[in-house]
Amino acid sequence: MSVQSQPAVAEKSGVTHKVNDFSIVVATVNGSGSQTANGVILRSLFTMGIPVSGKNLFPSNIQGLPTWFTIRANAAGFMARTDLSEILIAMNRTTVIEDLKGLAPGGVCLYADDLAFEKLRSDVHYYAIPAMRLARESGAEASLRPYVANMAYVGGVAWLLGIELSEVESALAAHFRGKPKAVALNFGVVQAAHKHAAENLTKTDDFRVERMPAAAGMILVDGNTAAALGAIYGGVSFAAWYPITPASSLAEGLQEYLPQLRRDPATGENHFLIVQSEDELGALGMAIGAGWMGARSMTSTSGPGLSLMAEFSGLAHFAEVPVVIWDVQRMGPSTGLPTRVSQGDLLFAHFIGHGDGRQVVLLPGPSECFEFGWRAFDLAERLQAPIFVLSDLDLGMNLWRVPEFRYPDQPMDRGKVLSAEDLTRLGGFARYKDVDGDGIGWRTLPGTVHPRAAYFTRGTGHDENAVYSEDPQVWEANMARLARKYQTAKGLVPPPVVERMSGARIGLVAFGSTDPAIHEARHILAEQGTPSDYLRLRAIPFADEVGTFLAEHPVNWVVELNSDGQMHSLLKIDFAEHAGAMRSLAHNDGLPLTAQRVVQAVRGEKESAS
Amino acid sequence: MTVVTAPKKVTTNLIGLEKTDYRGLETTLCQGCGHNSIVSQIVAVCFELSIPPEQLIKVSGIGCSSKAPAYFMNRAHGFNGLHGRMPSAATGAILANHTMRAIGMSGDGDTANIGMGQFKHLVRRNVPMVYIVANNGVYGLTKGQFSATADQGLELKKGLQNRLPPIDICLEALVGGASFVARSFAGDPRQLSTLLKAALAHKGTAVLDVISPCVTFNNKDESPKSYAWGREHEEPLHDLTYVPERDEIVVSYEPGEITSVAFADGSSLRLKKIEVDHDPTSRLAALTLIEESRTQGTFVTGLIYVNPTQPTFVEISGLGTTPLARLTPAQMRPAEQTLRDINARLA
Repeated sequence: MSVQSQPAVAEKSGVTHKVNDFSIVVATVNGSGSQTANGVILRSLFTMGIPVSGKNLFPSNIQGLPTWFTIRANAAGFMARTDLSEILIAMNRTTVIEDLKGLAPGGVCLYADDLAFEKLRSDVHYYAIPAMRLARESGAEASLRPYVANMAYVGGVAWLLGIELSEVESALAAHFRGKPKAVALNFGVVQAAHKHAAENLTKTDDFRVERMPAAAGMILVDGNTAAALGAIYGGVSFAAWYPITPASSLAEGLQEYLPQLRRDPATGENHFLIVQSEDELGALGMAIGAGWMGARSMTSTSGPGLSLMAEFSGLAHFAEVPVVIWDVQRMGPSTGLPTRVSQGDLLFAHFIGHGDGRQVVLLPGPSECFEFGWRAFDLAERLQAPIFVLSDLDLGMNLWRVPEFRYPDQPMDRGKVLSAEDLTRLGGFARYKDVDGDGIGWRTLPGTVHPRAAYFTRGTGHDENAVYSEDPQVWEANMARLARKYQTAKGLVPPPVVERMSGARIGLVAFGSTDPAIHEARHILAEQGTPSDYLRLRAIPFADEVGTFLAEHPVNWVVELNSDGQMHSLLKIDFAEHAGAMRSLAHNDGLPLTAQRVVQAVRGEKESAS
Repeated sequence: MTVVTAPKKVTTNLIGLEKTDYRGLETTLCQGCGHNSIVSQIVAVCFELSIPPEQLIKVSGIGCSSKAPAYFMNRAHGFNGLHGRMPSAATGAILANHTMRAIGMSGDGDTANIGMGQFKHLVRRNVPMVYIVANNGVYGLTKGQFSATADQGLELKKGLQNRLPPIDICLEALVGGASFVARSFAGDPRQLSTLLKAALAHKGTAVLDVISPCVTFNNKDESPKSYAWGREHEEPLHDLTYVPERDEIVVSYEPGEITSVAFADGSSLRLKKIEVDHDPTSRLAALTLIEESRTQGTFVTGLIYVNPTQPTFVEISGLGTTPLARLTPAQMRPAEQTLRDINARLA
């Protein structure tokens, strides 16, 4: 693959079998319809019970530029991207020479037979598939042929690896739900290619798949869809958004599922509203207005959009309005690499807005986009604050094999809201008074019919009664209360997840989409005699046990996908006493992290120390 | 004739509230500021129309104008947001509870400078609210800079001259697709009050551009946004009478002279022709009127354009009767079986 940035390291998880252990890279041009074919391969492997992950490495373009889709199948469940692939499906003339270089020794190149290229690698097994001819013979009309031609490589790879055709057909049926004609047309090409390969090609490599016992309770889903569904089960009623890669499919997930799930069966009324706003200022402004009014409200965006939301975020923080903000991170700064992954918005989201203030940030792992989707609303209303959920392009847009969604196990927490009856009983209220000692005041919703219900929400300095005040003591008291609220948040956000190995002397600290790479790296390191403990952060503010974990290891690697070591910096602020025991592994090339990167860093330190 | 002492006037409205129930905090604006007159009219009109204060929200941006919501209707929830961004916050709030009325207070800088984008999208969406621009052509809180509505050639205290032509808020609203566009003058309380009533009766966005002189920074007699100039040059388009639904039968008028605009709530506005023959239901006529008044240097006030039936954003959004902000958890969280079905589909 030409996008790889690492020197080739021809080692993987230590597993050397060629059954159910390989990476496929499909090299095509974008806009050619290969997504369907790639999804079908992925899903066929998934339904054969084989742990599998898929990653789309695509350009910021509509049609005609190179794009790669990687599929990793691994019986042991290691799902991270790998530097090298074992199987190349070459469909793009312009990249094939470079793509060949990314193949592991003894790898496979399955290519469209009209691709004329010099077979420079003598250690590679080559198989040609007459993709365009099969597409022509399929009976598909001319305009559809380039699309169905992709099915020829599906048939070819099915023959190559022994993927069951019945699973391919089921995957096509799932994709073209309710369109039997499309299923038949595409599956016809798959079958023709499979037949052609069986009759004309001789398999000389050893890669193959074997059906595994179906893993009960696993699903295949992208993080943005999971997040949208989570939000829906969390009661999202209002969403405003502005299109941006890689966050758009989150709002589109809402658009797809809300009409199915949140339309009143009796009246047919929509219990939701999604607004595509004029920009991200408008998106967050609307979401805050709705949250203030009392609706569960959210927006979803990516870095450039979050930049525009900074001022409104500060207002939500200071005026204490519940709202959920999903940031599906992409590579910055500036427009950066819109279709590449990064965890570079961490510090910005946490400190967003001018003046003081630290925001609550949730950091879902691959299997938590759904859960954090609903939990974020409980936190927003409980804390009366903006809650930032930091996903990323890899989590959000790629398909992940994860445990099925679990229905929320807690009733909704609507937070501290006073009704008209409460006001009558209490004789009134002070909006920003800390009556419970947790830094959170009681609020009323507009429309509460009581003469003392109203208050004046403002971004200007205010006293307990929400009245403008420039009094220094009033200001300090309010800021102290907000700091108290932040401490309260610490006890409410998801705690970190710790996994240990006996005899571990090093700690790995990471979050979000790097989780699979960390798992695999720990396995490799352990095999090489370096067991490790792993703490996966799931939220800021940090729980106290993060400090305990750091104290347990002479060396803690803080692994993250950004250049500045942002999480490392934050941990040094909050756990300054352990700063000397922290090392930064900040990796930021736009691609999902590989286990090799982590192994190299940890081993490099060990070697230089010895 | 016997002279009798008049009995104490009934001071409650139809919902039993006194005018003081519509008051806000003591104003901190300058004495004589046009904005204070607007505030007084809002209080008077809401009292007179018996609008329950708890069923109304006050929204604003930043600036002198945007401080004003603190000075009326303490019993209504207020939201003083960001400079130029009141429209989005108001839109979200109204969509979350469309049973509420909304009065937005903005200024010329808040609307025509920093907030032009959001303003245009608000009127394009026809979000149900009254959007008042207290327009004085000048930034007050930052001590006297020009806004985009400042008149060409205007000189302010610091001696700088404005070389750019002004933006006309009514024109921008019309071009943006607004369904109610009116202009008034803070020094003309009778007309302002009538237009406010009509604006509150209108079901979509009612843009009310109120020339509201800044007594501190922009009230030189020759300034078109001064009291003196306004009083001298104001040309009302019509003699206006607002007729609440309940008074429908008792109002008499002479047919032929009067156009009537009927609002969705059953009330109506009677427009009696004065000098200009303006049809406020024609957008083209409204555009022409503004352009002509600009070239002639006149200052027309009154109802410039109205389309009382233009669908609002709430109407086209597919929202039901239950406000989103009042849904119960049972209405918000789909049943467990639905999630099992989704899991099965993704497995």
